[in-house]
Amino acid sequence: MTSDLVFILLALLTIVPAVWVVFSPNIVHAGFALLFTLFGVAGLYAYMGADFIAVTQMMVYIGGVLVLVLFTVMMTRVPLGKRANYGLDRFVPAGVLSLAVFGLLYKSITSVDWGAGHTEAVPTVAEIGTNFMTNYIFPFEYVSLVLLAAMIGAAILIREEKFSEDEPENGETEVQS
Amino acid sequence: MNVGLPHFLTISAVLFALGLFAVMSRRNAIGILMGVELMLNAANINFVAFSRYVQHGIDGQIMAAFVIVLAAAEAAVALAIVLAMFRNFGTVHADTVQSLKR
Repeated sequence: MTSDLVFILLALLTIVPAVWVVFSPNIVHAGFALLFTLFGVAGLYAYMGADFIAVTQMMVYIGGVLVLVLFTVMMTRVPLGKRANYGLDRFVPAGVLSLAVFGLLYKSITSVDWGAGHTEAVPTVAEIGTNFMTNYIFPFEYVSLVLLAAMIGAAILIREEKFSEDEPENGETEVQS
Repeated sequence: MNVGLPHFLTISAVLFALGLFAVMSRRNAIGILMGVELMLNAANINFVAFSRYVQHGIDGQIMAAFVIVLAAAEAAVALAIVLAMFRNFGTVHADTVQSLKR
């Protein structure tokens, strides 16, 4: 009974702010609502006994991705006059398509026999660590390479201001000479 | 109520539909990115739920960890692109940026 209540609270914590993320016209409010959604998802992971994933979700998503998003929101500014993030012309097709996708997903969730069973939750951190270093060693190293490439790529993209300021000057001197 | 696999799958489906709606209806590129994050989280919930209730193993959780790492990398690059876009065009609205060069 208590665990059902916890599940319902976690589900509400996930879904209700997610609705706010999608429909809020203010992008800062959407960012802060995303915090609660990610927290709720971490709670759902914990509920499923995936302790390592729950902690990783909190550290990477809430501590990393969300801070990045909020920084970007603060470093860019939307013209205050036109606040509309939505046009009705995109509201309707988006609503129709997402409702259709949800209907399809829900239909398949309820109609397929997944063969689900219930087992006791066990601590997973040690097993995940062992698997990272044995069975999943290649994807593990590969994903670290991807992270390095993404980091360098992001840094180069942000630096672009200096390059693009230099280029017109060069162009001018060439024209003058 | 016995909480099991279908409940988690339903939450994940709701999250996915909301994320799809955000991706399709938002004009702000950061809002689109938030929608993508919602969809990635929905997929992750599915991974962990199947790993817990069907496979009874650990592989789904490892896949979820990889998805989290790739989402972080994706967010870093995408937000760098948004910042470069704002610098070059003065806007973050995805539908007003129509050229590859300034």
